[in-house]
Amino acid sequence: MVRYLLRRLVLGLITLWLLATIVFAITNILPTDVGRTILGPFAPPETVAALNERLGTNRPIPVRYADSIVGLVTLNFGDSFVNGQAVLPQVLGAVGRSAKLAALALLITIPLSIAAGLYAARRRDQFADRAIVLAGVTLSSIPEFVTGTILVVVVGVQLKLLPVLATAPENADLPTQIRFLLLPAVAMAIVYFGYIARMTRAGTIDVLQSDYIRTATMKGLTTLQTMRRHVLRNALVPTIAVIAVQIGYLFGGIIAVEKIFNYNGMGATMLYAAQRKDLPMLTAGVIVIGIVYMVATLVADLIIAWMNPRIRLEAER
Amino acid sequence: MDPSASIAAGQGLPPAELPVEAIPSSRAQRASARRERLALLVKRPAFLIGAGVMVFWIVCAVLGARITPYDPFNGFSLGRQPPSAQHLFGTDRIGRDVLSRVMVGSRDVLIVAPLAALLGVFIGTLLGLVMGFYRGIVDDILSRIVEAFLALPVILVALLTLVVLGSSSLVVIFVVGILFAPIVARTVRSAVLSERQLDYVEAARLRGESGPFILAREIFPNVLGPTIVELTVRFGYAIFTVATLSFLGVGLQPPSPDWGLSVSQEYTNMISGIWWPTFFPALAIASTVIAINLIADSLQSVMNE
Repeated sequence: MVRYLLRRLVLGLITLWLLATIVFAITNILPTDVGRTILGPFAPPETVAALNERLGTNRPIPVRYADSIVGLVTLNFGDSFVNGQAVLPQVLGAVGRSAKLAALALLITIPLSIAAGLYAARRRDQFADRAIVLAGVTLSSIPEFVTGTILVVVVGVQLKLLPVLATAPENADLPTQIRFLLLPAVAMAIVYFGYIARMTRAGTIDVLQSDYIRTATMKGLTTLQTMRRHVLRNALVPTIAVIAVQIGYLFGGIIAVEKIFNYNGMGATMLYAAQRKDLPMLTAGVIVIGIVYMVATLVADLIIAWMNPRIRLEAER
Repeated sequence: MDPSASIAAGQGLPPAELPVEAIPSSRAQRASARRERLALLVKRPAFLIGAGVMVFWIVCAVLGARITPYDPFNGFSLGRQPPSAQHLFGTDRIGRDVLSRVMVGSRDVLIVAPLAALLGVFIGTLLGLVMGFYRGIVDDILSRIVEAFLALPVILVALLTLVVLGSSSLVVIFVVGILFAPIVARTVRSAVLSERQLDYVEAARLRGESGPFILAREIFPNVLGPTIVELTVRFGYAIFTVATLSFLGVGLQPPSPDWGLSVSQEYTNMISGIWWPTFFPALAIASTVIAINLIADSLQSVMNE
């Protein structure tokens, strides 16, 4: 188990290094003149040169690359071009606020979609199964901001059931905060319902066809007992993997959802940085989300290995 | 392994698995298999609904302002009128007919998204073929790079890249296409991995065919099915991505009547009850992505049958 963990960690670090290299290439190699990119085509050349001097972007690319990798290792992503303060605390604060929204979305979508996937698998190829699969495919293909818009119009504006802005008043208690976050969370939950339900369904169907389930049924276990003791443990392996992947991707969709619902989290921070061409802020944001993704998939792999010794043994070989 | 045995096994395969030139009748057989699949496809209601919706939007995109009730760009009347008999979908903040704008709003995204999907599938298929076939160090290195790309949400990296490069339709196509390539590469790679173990590849090798030739003429035709499914799926995601980027202000640019852009220009008025200029473009996006996914899903099940 320790060797497996170490192997995964090393691979994760290599991926992180490659990821930082990709981001460096986008921000430092694609634009031939970073100062010009930030100030636009009409700025006088002296101003551009002065900005490049101040940002250190007039140094040769290998020097800048070494600098950015040192920055990654020491967790120093530089200062914001806009407010001059270190970007990492600002990004982490924003990620924290978004995490509240993301957690609520996952809390809604995970139980519902696993239940729907199990139900569909038990009724394979019957009407309920087809309906769940079709609904999953359909709902997961709609962008979050579109679902959000439709929810705002129907639930917020027409029925007036829930607030249409996500930010609760200052010092609001938890139920009030949740009430304000409910609509955007549902908008995201709807998108991820399809992926998780389909994975659960596929995993369960696989397991239901296996010999050991037939044995369990023949030795007289009730359906509920078989499901709990034998099916779930194995069927949820692909589900856990897909949830981990979605936790990282959630932070892509959250940008648009936060814009629709005017919520001050990761999305708002990234969009503001994008408007002001605040490259250190954007860079730190992308890398932090990359780390979130990798930690989530690592944790998922460990859970899977712990749940299913066969996978663990195979990985160790 | 005894070479003669594996060649014999190669001949035992259905003719469709062998090069087209070798057996003339295989072309006819392939064509008939294709007709059969098409017949299966048009029997599926999900496919018909999806295709119907897409035909509608393509007709709107091609005919544009010639079939809209009002001028979508300069037909100004009173702003912010709710839906009525004159303006079925109401008017937007500067008095343009929302229905007319929604009808022509399909044009830009239906050019940009398919091109982005095509680019992504093209690069991704090349990468996937090479990774799956050659394995070894090439595969290891490329796999790690693919993994690094997959760790990032497409929207976030696209946002960063478009900020750096500036937004234009061409840049959007390239950025989305390149960000889709690793996802496609992974799918194609696993399809190639299962193909390369089959006897016909061994047979081709024993015939002395070169690696690139085997890849292009033997393996590629056999992974074409998953590649086509991947193309339709990517097309759906390209619409998803381009619409989101336009909504975020870094995708298609004004004065395009693009749906995502319309939502971004009008959504702040939803709270004051002016929902129609946002709601109808949003529904248009939903109808398009659902239609493409219905088509992709039907294709996938027909291919698997």
